[in-house]
Amino acid sequence: MKICVLVKQVPGPDSPLLISDDKKWIQEEEIDYAMNESDSYALEEALQIKERLGEGEVVAASLGPDRVQKTIREALAKGADRGIHVKDDYPSTDSYVIAGQFALALKEENFDLILSGLQSDDTGMGQTGLMLGEFLGMSTSTLVMETDISEGKLRVKKELEAGWFQWVSMDLPACITIQSGLNTPRYPSLRGIMGAKKKEIKVMESTPQGELLQSLEKIYVPKKTKLTEMIEGDTDQVVAKLVDVLKRDIKVL
Amino acid sequence: MDILIIFEHSNGKIHRMSWEAVAAGQSLAKDLGLTTAILILGSNVSELAEEASKKNVDEVLVADHPLLERYSSDGYSVALKQIITDESPTYVIMGHTYMVRDFLPRVSVALKKPLLCDLTGYYMENGNSVFTRQLFQGKITSDILPNGEPPYLLTFQSAAFQEDAVVDGSGASVRNIDVNLDKSMIRSQYEEPFQGEVGGVDLTAAELIVTIGRGIGKEENINMVKELGDTLGAQLGASRPVVDAEWLPTAHQVGSSGQTVSPKLYLALGISGAIQHVVGMKGSKNIVAINKDPDAPIFELADYGIIGDIIEIIPKLTEAIKNAKA
Ligand SMILES: Cc1cc2nc3c(=O)[nH]c(=O)nc-3n(C[C@H](O)[C@H](O)[C@H](O)COP(=O)(O)OP(=O)(O)OC[C@H]3O[C@@H](n4cnc5c(N)ncnc54)[C@H](O)[C@@H]3O)c2cc1C
Repeated sequence: MKICVLVKQVPGPDSPLLISDDKKWIQEEEIDYAMNESDSYALEEALQIKERLGEGEVVAASLGPDRVQKTIREALAKGADRGIHVKDDYPSTDSYVIAGQFALALKEENFDLILSGLQSDDTGMGQTGLMLGEFLGMSTSTLVMETDISEGKLRVKKELEAGWFQWVSMDLPACITIQSGLNTPRYPSLRGIMGAKKKEIKVMESTPQGELLQSLEKIYVPKKTKLTEMIEGDTDQVVAKLVDVLKRDIKVL
Repeated sequence: MDILIIFEHSNGKIHRMSWEAVAAGQSLAKDLGLTTAILILGSNVSELAEEASKKNVDEVLVADHPLLERYSSDGYSVALKQIITDESPTYVIMGHTYMVRDFLPRVSVALKKPLLCDLTGYYMENGNSVFTRQLFQGKITSDILPNGEPPYLLTFQSAAFQEDAVVDGSGASVRNIDVNLDKSMIRSQYEEPFQGEVGGVDLTAAELIVTIGRGIGKEENINMVKELGDTLGAQLGASRPVVDAEWLPTAHQVGSSGQTVSPKLYLALGISGAIQHVVGMKGSKNIVAINKDPDAPIFELADYGIIGDIIEIIPKLTEAIKNAKA
Protein backbone atom coordinates (compact mmCIF):
# COMPACT_ATOMS: atom_id res chain seq x y z
CA MET A 1 0.00 0.00 0.00
CA LYS A 2 1.48 3.29 -1.13
CA ILE A 3 0.20 6.07 1.12
CA CYS A 4 0.72 9.82 0.86
CA VAL A 5 -0.04 12.39 3.57
CA LEU A 6 -0.26 16.09 2.82
CA VAL A 7 1.17 18.11 5.68
CA LYS A 8 0.81 21.88 5.65
CA GLN A 9 2.98 24.26 7.58
CA VAL A 10 0.80 26.92 9.21
CA PRO A 11 1.12 29.49 11.98
CA GLY A 12 0.97 27.60 15.30
CA PRO A 13 -1.87 28.19 17.77
CA ASP A 14 0.06 30.80 19.79
CA SER A 15 1.78 32.47 16.85
CA PRO A 16 1.47 36.25 16.56
CA LEU A 17 -0.75 37.26 13.63
CA LEU A 18 0.31 40.71 12.47
CA ILE A 19 -1.17 41.99 9.24
CA SER A 20 1.45 42.84 6.58
CA ASP A 21 1.71 46.36 5.11
CA ASP A 22 0.07 45.40 1.81
CA LYS A 23 -2.82 43.85 3.80
CA LYS A 24 -2.60 40.68 1.70
CA TRP A 25 -1.25 38.33 4.39
CA ILE A 26 0.35 38.28 7.81
CA GLN A 27 3.97 39.24 8.55
CA GLU A 28 5.93 36.09 7.76
CA GLU A 29 8.95 36.97 9.94
CA GLU A 30 6.82 36.98 13.07
CA ILE A 31 5.18 33.59 12.59
CA ASP A 32 5.90 30.53 14.74
CA TYR A 33 5.18 27.71 12.30
CA ALA A 34 3.75 24.31 13.17
CA MET A 35 2.21 21.34 11.37
CA ASN A 36 -1.49 21.94 10.70
CA GLU A 37 -3.41 20.25 13.49
CA SER A 38 -5.70 17.98 11.48
CA ASP A 39 -2.74 17.04 9.23
CA SER A 40 -0.94 15.64 12.27
CA TYR A 41 -3.97 13.40 12.84
CA ALA A 42 -3.85 12.40 9.15
CA LEU A 43 -0.15 11.55 9.47
CA GLU A 44 -0.81 9.41 12.53
CA GLU A 45 -3.62 7.60 10.72
CA ALA A 46 -1.34 6.92 7.74
CA LEU A 47 1.34 5.47 10.03
CA GLN A 48 -1.23 3.32 11.83
CA ILE A 49 -2.67 2.02 8.54
CA LYS A 50 0.80 0.95 7.46
CA GLU A 51 1.39 -0.71 10.84
CA ARG A 52 -1.95 -2.50 10.71
CA LEU A 53 -1.32 -3.79 7.20
CA GLY A 54 2.25 -4.74 8.08
CA GLU A 55 3.52 -3.42 4.76
CA GLY A 56 3.62 -0.29 2.67
CA GLU A 57 5.15 3.12 2.47
CA VAL A 58 4.13 6.49 3.93
CA VAL A 59 5.24 9.57 1.99
CA ALA A 60 4.84 13.05 3.51
CA ALA A 61 4.29 15.85 0.98
CA SER A 62 4.22 19.58 1.58
CA LEU A 63 3.99 22.63 -0.67
CA GLY A 64 5.71 25.94 0.02
CA PRO A 65 9.11 27.61 0.38
CA ASP A 66 12.15 25.86 1.89
CA ARG A 67 10.88 26.30 5.45
CA VAL A 68 8.21 23.62 4.89
CA GLN A 69 11.00 21.01 4.87
CA LYS A 70 10.96 21.36 8.66
CA THR A 71 7.39 20.07 8.70
CA ILE A 72 8.30 17.24 6.32
CA ARG A 73 11.24 16.33 8.62
CA GLU A 74 8.86 16.25 11.56
CA ALA A 75 6.72 13.73 9.68
CA LEU A 76 9.83 11.69 8.83
CA ALA A 77 10.88 11.75 12.49
CA LYS A 78 7.50 10.34 13.46
CA GLY A 79 7.86 7.51 10.98
CA ALA A 80 7.08 8.58 7.42
CA ASP A 81 9.44 6.85 4.99
CA ARG A 82 10.28 9.71 2.65
CA GLY A 83 9.24 13.23 1.76
CA ILE A 84 8.20 15.25 -1.26
CA HIS A 85 8.67 19.01 -1.22
CA VAL A 86 6.62 20.77 -3.90
CA LYS A 87 8.61 23.96 -4.00
CA ASP A 88 6.81 27.27 -4.32
CA ASP A 89 8.33 30.36 -2.73
CA TYR A 90 5.06 32.27 -2.91
CA PRO A 91 2.32 29.70 -2.44
CA SER A 92 -1.16 30.75 -3.46
CA THR A 93 -4.07 30.80 -1.01
CA ASP A 94 -6.35 29.38 -3.73
CA SER A 95 -7.01 25.70 -2.99
CA TYR A 96 -7.65 24.98 -6.67
CA VAL A 97 -4.13 26.12 -7.53
CA ILE A 98 -2.53 24.17 -4.69
CA ALA A 99 -4.45 20.97 -5.45
CA GLY A 100 -3.47 21.33 -9.12
CA GLN A 101 0.20 21.65 -8.19
CA PHE A 102 -0.02 18.58 -5.95
CA ALA A 103 -1.79 16.66 -8.71
CA LEU A 104 1.07 17.40 -11.12
CA ALA A 105 3.73 16.56 -8.57
CA LEU A 106 2.17 13.36 -7.23
CA LYS A 107 0.52 11.85 -10.32
CA GLU A 108 3.43 9.64 -11.30
CA GLU A 109 3.63 8.17 -7.82
CA ASN A 110 0.31 6.36 -8.26
CA PHE A 111 -0.61 6.39 -4.60
CA ASP A 112 -3.29 3.97 -3.39
CA LEU A 113 -4.36 6.30 -0.64
CA ILE A 114 -3.87 10.02 -0.01
CA LEU A 115 -4.70 11.54 3.36
CA SER A 116 -4.73 15.10 4.60
CA GLY A 117 -6.32 17.11 7.36
CA LEU A 118 -9.87 18.25 6.59
CA GLN A 119 -8.91 21.92 6.62
CA SER A 120 -5.99 24.17 7.44
CA ASP A 121 -5.82 26.36 10.50
CA ASP A 122 -4.84 29.39 8.40
CA THR A 123 -7.21 29.68 5.41
CA GLY A 124 -9.62 26.98 6.56
CA MET A 125 -11.09 26.28 3.12
CA GLY A 126 -11.22 22.51 3.46
CA GLN A 127 -10.87 22.03 -0.29
CA THR A 128 -7.33 20.94 -1.18
CA GLY A 129 -7.56 17.24 -0.30
CA LEU A 130 -10.87 16.67 -2.07
CA MET A 131 -9.83 18.69 -5.11
CA LEU A 132 -6.67 16.61 -5.39
CA GLY A 133 -8.83 13.49 -5.32
CA GLU A 134 -10.95 14.87 -8.16
CA PHE A 135 -7.89 15.86 -10.21
CA LEU A 136 -6.54 12.32 -9.86
CA GLY A 137 -9.91 10.62 -10.41
CA MET A 138 -10.00 8.99 -6.97
CA SER A 139 -12.88 8.21 -4.61
CA THR A 140 -13.10 10.84 -1.87
CA SER A 141 -14.50 11.49 1.57
CA THR A 142 -14.07 14.24 4.14
CA LEU A 143 -14.63 14.32 7.92
CA VAL A 144 -13.12 10.85 8.35
CA MET A 145 -13.09 9.60 11.95
CA GLU A 146 -11.95 5.98 11.48
CA THR A 147 -10.44 3.91 8.69
CA ASP A 148 -10.50 0.23 7.87
CA ILE A 149 -8.82 -1.34 4.85
CA SER A 150 -9.33 -4.88 3.71
CA GLU A 151 -9.22 -6.68 0.38
CA GLY A 152 -8.44 -3.54 -1.55
CA LYS A 153 -11.48 -1.71 -0.20
CA LEU A 154 -11.52 1.23 2.15
CA ARG A 155 -14.24 1.70 4.75
CA VAL A 156 -14.35 5.01 6.62
CA LYS A 157 -16.46 6.33 9.45
CA LYS A 158 -17.61 9.79 8.50
CA GLU A 159 -18.66 12.44 10.95
CA LEU A 160 -22.08 13.94 10.22
CA GLU A 161 -23.53 16.94 12.00
CA ALA A 162 -24.65 17.07 15.66
CA GLY A 163 -23.00 13.87 16.87
CA TRP A 164 -24.10 11.52 14.05
CA PHE A 165 -21.86 9.22 12.02
CA GLN A 166 -21.99 7.07 8.91
CA TRP A 167 -19.84 4.31 7.45
CA VAL A 168 -18.90 4.62 3.79
CA SER A 169 -17.08 1.98 1.70
CA MET A 170 -15.17 2.93 -1.39
CA ASP A 171 -12.77 1.62 -3.97
CA LEU A 172 -9.09 2.41 -3.91
CA PRO A 173 -7.36 4.58 -4.93
CA ALA A 174 -8.98 7.06 -2.57
CA CYS A 175 -8.26 10.50 -1.23
CA ILE A 176 -9.68 11.21 2.21
CA THR A 177 -9.50 14.15 4.58
CA ILE A 178 -9.23 13.55 8.29
CA GLN A 179 -11.13 15.13 11.18
CA SER A 180 -9.28 15.77 14.43
CA GLY A 181 -9.57 13.39 17.36
CA LEU A 182 -9.66 10.03 15.55
CA ASN A 183 -6.35 8.91 17.07
CA THR A 184 -3.61 10.15 19.38
CA PRO A 185 -0.74 11.58 17.33
CA ARG A 186 2.61 10.17 18.49
CA TYR A 187 5.66 12.15 19.49
CA PRO A 188 8.84 11.53 17.54
CA SER A 189 11.35 9.32 19.35
CA LEU A 190 15.00 10.31 19.62
CA ARG A 191 15.83 7.50 17.21
CA GLY A 192 13.15 8.77 14.87
CA ILE A 193 14.64 12.26 14.92
CA MET A 194 18.14 10.94 14.20
CA GLY A 195 16.85 8.60 11.49
CA ALA A 196 14.86 11.38 9.80
CA LYS A 197 18.05 13.16 8.82
CA LYS A 198 18.98 10.28 6.53
CA LYS A 199 15.58 9.97 4.86
CA GLU A 200 15.09 11.36 1.38
CA ILE A 201 13.14 14.54 0.63
CA LYS A 202 12.56 14.87 -3.09
CA VAL A 203 12.29 18.51 -4.18
CA MET A 204 9.95 19.24 -7.10
CA GLU A 205 11.07 22.60 -8.45
CA SER A 206 8.69 23.41 -11.26
CA THR A 207 5.03 23.04 -10.69
CA PRO A 208 3.55 26.29 -12.02
CA GLN A 209 0.50 27.76 -10.32
CA GLY A 210 -1.61 28.29 -13.42
CA GLU A 211 -4.81 30.27 -13.23
CA LEU A 212 -6.12 31.53 -9.90
CA LEU A 213 -9.86 30.94 -9.51
CA GLN A 214 -10.19 33.32 -6.59
CA SER A 215 -8.12 36.07 -5.07
CA LEU A 216 -7.70 37.43 -1.63
CA GLU A 217 -8.17 41.19 -1.90
CA LYS A 218 -7.30 42.22 1.62
CA ILE A 219 -7.27 41.00 5.19
CA TYR A 220 -8.11 42.91 8.36
CA VAL A 221 -8.91 42.55 12.03
CA PRO A 222 -12.63 41.78 12.46
CA LYS A 223 -14.76 44.80 13.27
CA LYS A 224 -16.19 44.60 16.75
CA THR A 225 -19.95 45.06 16.85
CA LYS A 226 -21.03 43.57 20.17
CA LEU A 227 -20.95 45.63 23.34
CA THR A 228 -19.28 43.25 25.74
CA GLU A 229 -19.15 44.41 29.33
CA MET A 230 -15.52 43.88 30.29
CA ILE A 231 -14.89 43.10 33.94
CA GLU A 232 -11.56 44.60 34.93
CA GLY A 233 -9.19 44.58 37.89
CA ASP A 234 -6.80 42.17 39.60
CA THR A 235 -7.81 38.54 40.06
CA ASP A 236 -9.60 39.10 43.37
CA GLN A 237 -11.46 42.09 41.98
CA VAL A 238 -12.66 40.39 38.79
CA VAL A 239 -13.78 37.34 40.78
CA ALA A 240 -15.77 39.52 43.20
CA LYS A 241 -17.32 41.50 40.35
CA LEU A 242 -18.19 38.35 38.42
CA VAL A 243 -19.93 36.82 41.45
CA ASP A 244 -21.88 40.04 41.70
CA VAL A 245 -22.91 39.79 38.03
CA LEU A 246 -23.95 36.15 38.52
CA LYS A 247 -26.04 37.17 41.52
CA ARG A 248 -27.62 40.45 40.46
CA ASP A 249 -27.64 40.52 36.66
CA ILE A 250 -27.82 36.92 35.50
CA LYS A 251 -29.50 35.80 38.73
CA VAL A 252 -28.06 32.33 38.95
CA LEU A 253 -26.78 32.52 42.53
CA MET B 1 -32.03 31.99 -13.73
CA ASP B 2 -28.96 33.81 -12.43
CA ILE B 3 -28.77 32.50 -8.89
CA LEU B 4 -29.19 28.79 -8.25
CA ILE B 5 -29.77 27.88 -4.59
CA ILE B 6 -29.34 24.20 -3.85
CA PHE B 7 -31.30 22.52 -1.08
CA GLU B 8 -29.99 19.89 1.28
CA HIS B 9 -32.51 17.60 2.90
CA SER B 10 -32.79 14.39 4.86
CA ASN B 11 -35.85 12.41 5.96
CA GLY B 12 -38.12 14.85 4.16
CA LYS B 13 -36.79 17.82 6.07
CA ILE B 14 -34.93 20.76 4.58
CA HIS B 15 -31.66 21.68 6.28
CA ARG B 16 -31.81 24.90 8.31
CA MET B 17 -28.80 26.24 6.43
CA SER B 18 -30.57 25.74 3.09
CA TRP B 19 -33.11 28.33 4.22
CA GLU B 20 -30.24 30.61 5.17
CA ALA B 21 -28.89 30.04 1.66
CA VAL B 22 -32.26 31.17 0.26
CA ALA B 23 -31.99 34.34 2.36
CA ALA B 24 -28.47 34.89 0.96
CA GLY B 25 -29.66 34.30 -2.60
CA GLN B 26 -32.63 36.62 -2.24
CA SER B 27 -30.39 39.32 -0.82
CA LEU B 28 -27.87 39.04 -3.67
CA ALA B 29 -30.70 38.95 -6.21
CA LYS B 30 -32.06 42.19 -4.85
CA ASP B 31 -28.70 43.95 -4.75
CA LEU B 32 -27.62 42.81 -8.22
CA GLY B 33 -31.00 42.69 -9.95
CA LEU B 34 -30.81 38.94 -10.63
CA THR B 35 -33.30 36.09 -10.88
CA THR B 36 -33.31 33.08 -8.54
CA ALA B 37 -34.16 29.40 -8.52
CA ILE B 38 -34.11 26.66 -5.92
CA LEU B 39 -32.79 23.25 -6.98
CA ILE B 40 -33.80 20.04 -5.24
CA LEU B 41 -31.93 16.81 -5.90
CA GLY B 42 -33.45 13.53 -4.81
CA SER B 43 -36.06 10.96 -5.49
CA ASN B 44 -39.78 11.56 -4.88
CA VAL B 45 -39.28 15.07 -3.64
CA SER B 46 -42.48 16.72 -4.85
CA GLU B 47 -43.45 17.76 -1.32
CA LEU B 48 -40.16 19.53 -0.84
CA ALA B 49 -40.60 21.21 -4.23
CA GLU B 50 -44.01 22.41 -3.13
CA GLU B 51 -42.54 23.85 0.07
CA ALA B 52 -39.77 25.60 -1.91
CA SER B 53 -42.22 27.05 -4.43
CA LYS B 54 -43.87 29.13 -1.69
CA LYS B 55 -40.76 31.25 -1.36
CA ASN B 56 -40.01 34.32 -3.38
CA VAL B 57 -37.93 32.72 -6.14
CA ASP B 58 -38.47 32.70 -9.87
CA GLU B 59 -38.40 28.95 -10.31
CA VAL B 60 -38.01 25.62 -8.57
CA LEU B 61 -35.98 22.93 -10.33
CA VAL B 62 -36.31 19.27 -9.50
CA ALA B 63 -33.71 16.68 -10.47
CA ASP B 64 -35.47 13.44 -9.64
CA HIS B 65 -33.38 10.30 -10.02
CA PRO B 66 -33.30 7.01 -8.07
CA LEU B 67 -29.52 7.31 -7.68
CA LEU B 68 -30.00 10.64 -5.92
CA GLU B 69 -32.32 9.21 -3.29
CA ARG B 70 -29.39 9.00 -0.92
CA TYR B 71 -26.44 11.38 -0.85
CA SER B 72 -23.21 10.21 -2.43
CA SER B 73 -20.20 12.35 -3.21
CA ASP B 74 -19.93 10.86 -6.71
CA GLY B 75 -23.65 11.10 -7.50
CA TYR B 76 -23.98 14.69 -6.33
CA SER B 77 -20.75 15.81 -8.02
CA VAL B 78 -21.70 14.33 -11.38
CA ALA B 79 -25.31 15.54 -11.25
CA LEU B 80 -24.40 19.06 -10.24
CA LYS B 81 -21.72 19.38 -12.86
CA GLN B 82 -24.35 18.55 -15.49
CA ILE B 83 -27.02 20.83 -14.07
CA ILE B 84 -24.72 23.81 -13.60
CA THR B 85 -23.39 23.38 -17.13
CA ASP B 86 -26.92 23.18 -18.59
CA GLU B 87 -28.44 26.03 -16.58
CA SER B 88 -25.31 28.26 -16.51
CA PRO B 89 -26.23 30.40 -13.50
CA THR B 90 -23.99 33.25 -12.35
CA TYR B 91 -23.99 32.12 -8.73
CA VAL B 92 -24.60 28.73 -7.14
CA ILE B 93 -25.36 29.03 -3.43
CA MET B 94 -25.40 26.44 -0.65
CA GLY B 95 -24.95 26.42 3.12
CA HIS B 96 -21.46 25.43 4.32
CA THR B 97 -22.67 22.14 5.77
CA TYR B 98 -20.77 18.89 6.32
CA MET B 99 -22.41 17.41 3.21
CA VAL B 100 -21.41 20.35 1.07
CA ARG B 101 -17.84 20.18 2.39
CA ASP B 102 -17.80 16.58 1.15
CA PHE B 103 -18.51 17.12 -2.54
CA LEU B 104 -18.58 20.77 -3.68
CA PRO B 105 -14.76 21.12 -3.96
CA ARG B 106 -14.95 18.31 -6.54
CA VAL B 107 -17.55 20.20 -8.57
CA SER B 108 -15.27 23.23 -8.52
CA VAL B 109 -12.50 21.17 -10.11
CA ALA B 110 -14.82 19.41 -12.56
CA LEU B 111 -16.13 22.76 -13.82
CA LYS B 112 -12.92 24.70 -13.23
CA LYS B 113 -14.96 27.36 -11.45
CA PRO B 114 -14.19 29.03 -8.12
CA LEU B 115 -15.66 27.81 -4.84
CA LEU B 116 -15.81 30.69 -2.37
CA CYS B 117 -16.60 28.78 0.79
CA ASP B 118 -17.64 29.38 4.38
CA LEU B 119 -18.50 33.00 3.59
CA THR B 120 -19.65 35.27 6.39
CA GLY B 121 -21.36 37.68 4.00
CA TYR B 122 -20.77 40.16 1.21
CA TYR B 123 -20.89 43.89 0.69
CA MET B 124 -21.51 45.99 -2.39
CA GLU B 125 -18.74 48.15 -3.81
CA ASN B 126 -19.18 50.06 -7.10
CA GLY B 127 -22.07 47.81 -8.05
CA ASN B 128 -20.08 44.61 -7.43
CA SER B 129 -20.34 42.15 -4.60
CA VAL B 130 -17.22 41.59 -2.47
CA PHE B 131 -17.34 38.47 -0.34
CA THR B 132 -16.04 38.14 3.20
CA ARG B 133 -14.70 35.12 5.05
CA GLN B 134 -12.75 34.36 8.18
CA LEU B 135 -9.11 33.30 8.32
CA PHE B 136 -7.17 31.85 11.26
CA GLN B 137 -10.31 30.49 12.92
CA GLY B 138 -12.00 33.86 13.12
CA LYS B 139 -9.06 35.94 14.31
CA ILE B 140 -8.77 37.72 10.93
CA THR B 141 -11.31 38.61 8.23
CA SER B 142 -10.68 38.67 4.48
CA ASP B 143 -12.31 40.12 1.38
CA ILE B 144 -12.28 37.79 -1.61
CA LEU B 145 -13.32 37.91 -5.24
CA PRO B 146 -13.94 35.18 -7.79
CA ASN B 147 -11.86 35.31 -11.00
CA GLY B 148 -12.80 34.51 -14.58
CA GLU B 149 -16.22 33.92 -16.04
CA PRO B 150 -19.14 32.65 -13.92
CA PRO B 151 -20.61 30.42 -12.60
CA TYR B 152 -19.22 31.06 -9.14
CA LEU B 153 -19.91 28.58 -6.35
CA LEU B 154 -20.63 30.15 -2.96
CA THR B 155 -21.23 28.58 0.44
CA PHE B 156 -22.27 30.59 3.48
CA GLN B 157 -21.34 29.96 7.08
CA SER B 158 -24.04 29.06 9.57
CA ALA B 159 -26.02 32.18 10.57
CA ALA B 160 -24.32 34.42 7.99
CA PHE B 161 -27.91 34.98 6.86
CA GLN B 162 -31.05 34.50 8.91
CA GLU B 163 -33.66 31.88 8.14
CA ASP B 164 -36.45 34.26 9.13
CA ALA B 165 -35.25 36.78 6.54
CA VAL B 166 -36.51 34.47 3.75
CA VAL B 167 -39.19 36.28 1.75
CA ASP B 168 -42.35 34.36 0.80
CA GLY B 169 -43.62 34.46 -2.76
CA SER B 170 -46.80 33.78 -4.66
CA GLY B 171 -46.02 30.31 -5.97
CA ALA B 172 -43.00 29.69 -8.16
CA SER B 173 -43.30 27.33 -11.11
CA VAL B 174 -41.71 23.90 -10.78
CA ARG B 175 -39.62 22.48 -13.63
CA ASN B 176 -38.28 18.95 -13.83
CA ILE B 177 -34.78 18.57 -15.20
CA ASP B 178 -32.92 15.52 -16.43
CA VAL B 179 -29.71 14.17 -15.07
CA ASN B 180 -27.69 11.45 -16.63
CA LEU B 181 -26.48 9.07 -13.95
CA ASP B 182 -25.73 5.42 -13.88
CA LYS B 183 -24.67 3.00 -11.18
CA SER B 184 -21.11 2.67 -12.45
CA MET B 185 -20.47 6.35 -11.67
CA ILE B 186 -21.02 5.84 -7.95
CA ARG B 187 -17.95 4.22 -6.44
CA SER B 188 -18.93 4.44 -2.75
CA GLN B 189 -21.59 2.72 -0.66
CA TYR B 190 -23.18 4.69 2.16
CA GLU B 191 -24.54 2.85 5.20
CA GLU B 192 -27.30 4.04 7.57
CA PRO B 193 -26.33 7.06 9.70
CA PHE B 194 -26.17 6.41 13.45
CA GLN B 195 -25.87 8.54 16.55
CA GLY B 196 -22.66 8.52 18.61
CA GLU B 197 -22.53 7.63 22.31
CA VAL B 198 -24.38 10.23 24.35
CA GLY B 199 -23.54 8.62 27.69
CA GLY B 200 -26.35 10.31 29.58
CA VAL B 201 -24.99 13.82 29.08
CA ASP B 202 -27.82 16.05 27.93
CA LEU B 203 -26.71 19.65 27.82
CA THR B 204 -29.64 20.80 25.72
CA ALA B 205 -31.88 21.29 28.74
CA ALA B 206 -29.18 22.58 31.12
CA GLU B 207 -29.73 25.96 32.77
CA LEU B 208 -26.07 26.49 33.66
CA ILE B 209 -23.10 25.30 31.66
CA VAL B 210 -19.41 25.72 32.37
CA THR B 211 -17.38 24.91 29.27
CA ILE B 212 -13.74 23.99 29.14
CA GLY B 213 -11.54 24.91 26.21
CA ARG B 214 -7.98 24.07 25.26
CA GLY B 215 -6.88 26.99 27.44
CA ILE B 216 -7.19 24.68 30.46
CA GLY B 217 -3.75 23.45 29.38
CA LYS B 218 -3.61 19.91 30.76
CA GLU B 219 -5.74 17.06 31.98
CA GLU B 220 -4.89 17.59 35.67
CA ASN B 221 -6.57 20.99 35.49
CA ILE B 222 -9.95 19.54 34.51
CA ASN B 223 -10.65 18.79 38.16
CA MET B 224 -10.70 22.42 39.19
CA VAL B 225 -13.38 23.07 36.57
CA LYS B 226 -15.39 20.08 37.78
CA GLU B 227 -15.30 21.59 41.24
CA LEU B 228 -16.42 24.96 39.90
CA GLY B 229 -19.25 23.25 38.03
CA ASP B 230 -20.37 21.34 41.12
CA THR B 231 -20.28 24.45 43.28
CA LEU B 232 -22.33 26.38 40.76
CA GLY B 233 -24.65 23.45 40.06
CA ALA B 234 -23.69 23.60 36.40
CA GLN B 235 -23.15 20.93 33.76
CA LEU B 236 -19.79 20.58 32.04
CA GLY B 237 -19.34 21.35 28.38
CA ALA B 238 -16.17 20.98 26.31
CA SER B 239 -14.69 22.25 23.09
CA ARG B 240 -13.45 19.76 20.53
CA PRO B 241 -9.72 19.84 21.41
CA VAL B 242 -10.60 18.89 25.02
CA VAL B 243 -12.58 15.91 23.71
CA ASP B 244 -9.92 15.04 21.12
CA ALA B 245 -7.34 14.87 23.92
CA GLU B 246 -9.75 12.61 25.85
CA TRP B 247 -9.83 14.93 28.87
CA LEU B 248 -13.64 14.69 28.77
CA PRO B 249 -15.91 12.22 26.93
CA THR B 250 -17.30 13.18 23.49
CA ALA B 251 -20.76 13.54 24.97
CA HIS B 252 -19.69 16.86 26.53
CA GLN B 253 -18.81 18.46 23.19
CA VAL B 254 -20.65 21.63 22.30
CA GLY B 255 -20.71 22.76 18.68
CA SER B 256 -21.53 21.73 15.15
CA SER B 257 -20.36 18.15 15.78
CA GLY B 258 -21.75 18.04 19.31
CA GLN B 259 -24.70 19.48 21.18
CA THR B 260 -26.52 22.76 20.62
CA VAL B 261 -27.27 24.46 23.91
CA SER B 262 -29.14 27.52 25.15
CA PRO B 263 -28.63 27.80 28.90
CA LYS B 264 -29.28 30.82 31.06
CA LEU B 265 -25.53 30.99 31.78
CA TYR B 266 -22.73 29.80 29.50
CA LEU B 267 -19.36 30.28 31.14
CA ALA B 268 -16.66 29.80 28.48
CA LEU B 269 -13.24 29.15 29.99
CA GLY B 270 -10.22 29.24 27.67
CA ILE B 271 -12.34 28.98 24.52
CA SER B 272 -11.24 30.97 21.45
CA GLY B 273 -14.67 31.15 19.81
CA ALA B 274 -14.23 29.26 16.52
CA ILE B 275 -17.40 29.13 14.40
CA GLN B 276 -17.87 25.37 14.85
CA HIS B 277 -18.03 25.91 18.60
CA VAL B 278 -20.07 29.09 18.41
CA VAL B 279 -22.92 27.55 16.37
CA GLY B 280 -23.57 25.26 19.33
CA MET B 281 -23.80 27.93 22.03
CA LYS B 282 -24.67 31.31 20.54
CA GLY B 283 -28.29 30.90 21.62
CA SER B 284 -27.25 31.06 25.29
CA LYS B 285 -29.03 33.80 27.25
CA ASN B 286 -25.92 35.04 29.05
CA ILE B 287 -22.42 34.33 27.84
CA VAL B 288 -19.47 34.99 30.12
CA ALA B 289 -16.02 34.44 28.63
CA ILE B 290 -12.67 34.29 30.37
CA ASN B 291 -9.66 34.27 28.07
CA LYS B 292 -6.11 35.57 28.32
CA ASP B 293 -6.18 36.87 24.74
CA PRO B 294 -8.04 40.20 24.45
CA ASP B 295 -8.49 39.56 20.70
CA ALA B 296 -10.11 36.12 21.10
CA PRO B 297 -13.22 35.99 18.85
CA ILE B 298 -15.31 34.71 21.79
CA PHE B 299 -15.38 38.27 23.16
CA GLU B 300 -17.36 39.30 20.08
CA LEU B 301 -20.14 37.08 21.38
CA ALA B 302 -19.82 37.42 25.15
CA ASP B 303 -22.12 39.58 27.25
CA TYR B 304 -19.46 39.74 29.95
CA GLY B 305 -15.75 39.28 29.44
CA ILE B 306 -12.68 38.90 31.62
CA ILE B 307 -9.19 39.05 30.16
CA GLY B 308 -7.17 36.83 32.45
CA ASP B 309 -5.61 33.48 33.30
CA ILE B 310 -8.27 30.85 33.99
CA ILE B 311 -5.85 28.71 35.99
CA GLU B 312 -5.58 31.55 38.47
CA ILE B 313 -9.22 32.64 38.33
CA ILE B 314 -11.07 29.30 38.51
CA PRO B 315 -10.11 28.24 42.10
CA LYS B 316 -10.80 31.72 43.43
CA LEU B 317 -14.13 31.87 41.62
CA THR B 318 -15.12 28.51 43.14
CA GLU B 319 -14.28 29.82 46.62
CA ALA B 320 -16.17 33.07 46.07
CA ILE B 321 -19.27 31.21 44.83
CA LYS B 322 -19.12 28.89 47.85
CA ASN B 323 -19.07 31.94 50.11
CA ALA B 324 -21.86 33.66 48.22
CA LYS B 325 -24.01 30.54 48.52
CA ALA B 326 -23.25 30.02 52.22
C1 LIG C 1 -15.94 20.34 10.67
C2 LIG C 1 -15.49 20.81 12.01
C3 LIG C 1 -16.30 20.55 13.10
C4 LIG C 1 -15.94 21.01 14.37
N1 LIG C 1 -16.79 20.79 15.41
C5 LIG C 1 -16.53 21.35 16.61
C6 LIG C 1 -17.45 21.24 17.70
O1 LIG C 1 -18.51 20.60 17.59
N2 LIG C 1 -17.13 21.83 18.87
C7 LIG C 1 -15.97 22.55 19.03
O2 LIG C 1 -15.74 23.10 20.13
N3 LIG C 1 -15.07 22.66 18.03
C8 LIG C 1 -15.32 22.07 16.83
N4 LIG C 1 -14.40 22.18 15.82
C9 LIG C 1 -13.07 22.76 16.11
C10 LIG C 1 -13.07 24.28 16.09
O3 LIG C 1 -12.82 24.72 14.78
C11 LIG C 1 -11.96 24.83 17.00
O4 LIG C 1 -10.72 24.27 16.63
C12 LIG C 1 -12.20 24.56 18.47
O5 LIG C 1 -13.51 24.94 18.83
C13 LIG C 1 -11.20 25.31 19.31
O6 LIG C 1 -11.35 24.95 20.66
P1 LIG C 1 -10.79 25.89 21.81
O7 LIG C 1 -11.43 27.22 21.72
O8 LIG C 1 -10.92 25.14 23.08
O9 LIG C 1 -9.23 25.94 21.49
P2 LIG C 1 -8.33 27.09 20.87
O10 LIG C 1 -8.92 27.64 19.64
O11 LIG C 1 -6.96 26.56 20.86
O12 LIG C 1 -8.43 28.25 21.95
C14 LIG C 1 -7.90 28.19 23.23
C15 LIG C 1 -8.12 29.55 23.87
O13 LIG C 1 -7.69 29.51 25.22
C16 LIG C 1 -7.05 30.72 25.55
N5 LIG C 1 -6.15 30.41 26.66
C17 LIG C 1 -5.03 29.64 26.67
N6 LIG C 1 -4.53 29.55 27.91
C18 LIG C 1 -5.33 30.28 28.71
C19 LIG C 1 -5.31 30.59 30.11
N7 LIG C 1 -4.39 30.08 30.94
N8 LIG C 1 -6.28 31.40 30.58
C20 LIG C 1 -7.24 31.90 29.76
N9 LIG C 1 -7.30 31.64 28.45
C21 LIG C 1 -6.36 30.84 27.93
C22 LIG C 1 -6.34 31.13 24.28
O14 LIG C 1 -6.14 32.54 24.27
C23 LIG C 1 -7.34 30.67 23.21
O15 LIG C 1 -8.23 31.72 22.86
C24 LIG C 1 -14.73 21.71 14.55
C25 LIG C 1 -13.91 21.95 13.45
C26 LIG C 1 -14.28 21.51 12.20
C27 LIG C 1 -13.39 21.81 11.04
